Amino acid sequence: MAIKTITGNKAVAHAAKAARVKVIAAYPITPQTTIVETLAEMTEHGELDAKMIRVESEHSALAATLGAAAAGARSFTATSSHGLLLMHEVVWWTSGARIPVVMSVVTRAIGPPWNIHVDHNDIWDQRDSGWIISIAENNQEVFDLTLQAFKISEDPRVYLPMIVGLDGFILSHTVAPVDIPEQEKIDNWLPERRQPYVITPESGIVMGNLATDENYYMMRYSIQAAMVEAKNVIKEIDSEYGEIFGRSYGGLVECFHCDNADYNIVIAGSWSGDAKEAVLKLREEGYDVGVMRVRYFRPWPDEEMRGLLSRSKGVLFIDRSISFGGKGHLMTEALTNLPALANLPAVRGVIAGLGGVDVVAEEFYELTKKFIEEVEEKGRFYDPLYWHIPMVHREKYKPRLPGYELTCYKR
Amino acid sequence: MPIKLRDFPRTHFNMPGNAACPGCPETMGIRYVKMALGDKAVLVIPAGCSSVIQGISPKSGINFPILNIVFAAAAAAASGMKAGFEMLGRDDVQVVVWAGDGGTADIGLQAMSGAAERGDDIIYICADNEAYMNTGIQRSGATPYGAWTTTTWTGKKEHKKNIPFIMIAHDAPYVATATVGYPQDFIEKIRKAASVKGFKYIHLLAPCPVGWRFDPALTPEIAQLAVKTGLWPLFEYHNGSLRISSFSRMYRNKEKRTPLEVYLKLQGRFKHLKEDDVKVLEEYIDRLWAWLDLLEKASHPSDTAKQLVKESK
Amino acid sequence: MGYKIEEPQTLFIAPVSKPAPGSVGKTGTWRNEKPVINEEKCVKCLLCWLYCPEDTILRREDDMVYIVYDYCKGCGICAKVCPVDAIEMVPER
Repeated sequence: MAIKTITGNKAVAHAAKAARVKVIAAYPITPQTTIVETLAEMTEHGELDAKMIRVESEHSALAATLGAAAAGARSFTATSSHGLLLMHEVVWWTSGARIPVVMSVVTRAIGPPWNIHVDHNDIWDQRDSGWIISIAENNQEVFDLTLQAFKISEDPRVYLPMIVGLDGFILSHTVAPVDIPEQEKIDNWLPERRQPYVITPESGIVMGNLATDENYYMMRYSIQAAMVEAKNVIKEIDSEYGEIFGRSYGGLVECFHCDNADYNIVIAGSWSGDAKEAVLKLREEGYDVGVMRVRYFRPWPDEEMRGLLSRSKGVLFIDRSISFGGKGHLMTEALTNLPALANLPAVRGVIAGLGGVDVVAEEFYELTKKFIEEVEEKGRFYDPLYWHIPMVHREKYKPRLPGYELTCYKR
Repeated sequence: MPIKLRDFPRTHFNMPGNAACPGCPETMGIRYVKMALGDKAVLVIPAGCSSVIQGISPKSGINFPILNIVFAAAAAAASGMKAGFEMLGRDDVQVVVWAGDGGTADIGLQAMSGAAERGDDIIYICADNEAYMNTGIQRSGATPYGAWTTTTWTGKKEHKKNIPFIMIAHDAPYVATATVGYPQDFIEKIRKAASVKGFKYIHLLAPCPVGWRFDPALTPEIAQLAVKTGLWPLFEYHNGSLRISSFSRMYRNKEKRTPLEVYLKLQGRFKHLKEDDVKVLEEYIDRLWAWLDLLEKASHPSDTAKQLVKESK
Repeated sequence: MGYKIEEPQTLFIAPVSKPAPGSVGKTGTWRNEKPVINEEKCVKCLLCWLYCPEDTILRREDDMVYIVYDYCKGCGICAKVCPVDAIEMVPER
């Protein structure tokens, strides 16, 4: 065991190294760049026995990663924002091929205008693609999730590629202590790569030629079946990781005082820490409030979310993304379970922090307190698009968003 | 080494009953790849005719293991596969890209350029039928001047993009042109490519009966005429040295070339061409040969370079 | 080897195939004209075998060629490349 004080991006590189990846193909993009740099350094200096393919685009990065994986090599890539969007075609191709692959996504805003700061629209954009999609809260979890991703993705019950998200700059470029377990312990825990088939002269396998529409349909069904199965695999691997390495996060979601709380925040990514801080303060003041942090966006934590919505008086969703013409992603996903709910809580969907706008613990505190007070006063309500507009713009933009009740909190 | 047909085993080099049109040059070409490389190769195929030719799962009409891949990523996927095989200690596997002219000259050019620049150890074969045939004969960067397509109804106004020259400019260790009209020449070139380390490029002219509008029985003949008219010179560029291949050598002499009209008249896609258009194409041929001449003269490496090449082997 | 092929435990359908004849059925039905070999004329040069795009011309032990009509699409290349006119294209009924 070694504690290293490293950035989230270094944690990713160390996890890939610990998983003994054989092939890495990646194209630099801010804020993912230092992952590529570190892995290049590790391979060139002989610390990691892997081949690094310095591809000319992200589209090629994932294609090369898939090619290596189809040949039987454990392979890895990392990207962000526009890189992920460029790669999107191959994202679908990879999951469709059912070839296990791991990819880090350093979350970042999509332009124009150019913006390199944290935003979840890039990672959630992969929502429908058949990848397992996770997102970490801190650098330690970045390491743990990346390492676990290889085991989850290569589990015969799953055989799907996996994304591990980490927030741009907030995690990718910020140092924090990360416990890296001994390699021997990791080797004992992470089995040799498993995959459903390889494309070799001996296997004679042809991947991806035409299929009948009916067979195509069943292949899609099969991906969904694997997603459902993945829920168990994720929980199983999370708890065995806890037993062996001492860290367990709770599976698809992390429940922070959310078991019995009347009010709950649903949130994902690094700013969950700020939300938790606000919740602790509110709890001290006697408010019954908790946080459900979404760790896995795919497969979506249906059961956990259903339970939370059923037992809460009010749920505050905080999204760092917006599906234009729709709503925030976490809230949209959670509310697909409405018909199955015993009780309906009050719901507010907050859109905040787009393009890296900072939202600090005090703001989470105010947002939550205001929500609780409104519910206590009015009872159940549905307020799906609550724009937490940055302070500098509040007066200017308020009258320009017709159709929605624009309820910004005032400092 | 000359190729003796009798020496080939009596096995299937392609799978009959596939989805190729009658007289398809691509199935011809893929057969020759199998004849050249046997059972030690895997193919990477981007979108195109060859993705359809394979037919319907669970069968495949091409007698190779194949990674089908998205249109723009063939070379990158092949680089990855090769790296995977290398890391697993399997240096014996040839990874071959089999792509059309769309997947090579247009949408796949960037990935191919990247792989060539990196010197990734793969063989890239472009089966060039000079248009997007799979989607129904639309012009591509490799469509020649004057040719009718469904997006150039009065004939293409621009010349064919010269991909082999672009690959020579990448300093690829092996670049060659070939055609299905001369299978032995093509097979020899594939075998040569397989013996060279690094990025190898072979551009195979593949006359398409459907898209070029000719009788499917004429595929080999049209391909041979492309060579005999001087329009498609066969050459090899190996470690910095360019050599005109034997089937093309005599056509350095303009007098010996078959008149271009003979080639054009057999193809419906050129039937609207006027005399002036033919002249434009003839001038193109002259320029092509002038370039080849320059390259041939410029490409004899110095003694130092020769020595370096020798040492690197 | 570095990897293990392990069968998945749940319902699993990968988009994979294996090379086999007839991936779109018996393509011999596409034919308008049928190539017929005149064995007496044949000089066993194997050019028809070399140029056949379909792999439907096969070689016997003595290198006499024969055609697998189940799959021959009738393109006529074999008849065209035969140097001794030993292959005739005969219209199908």
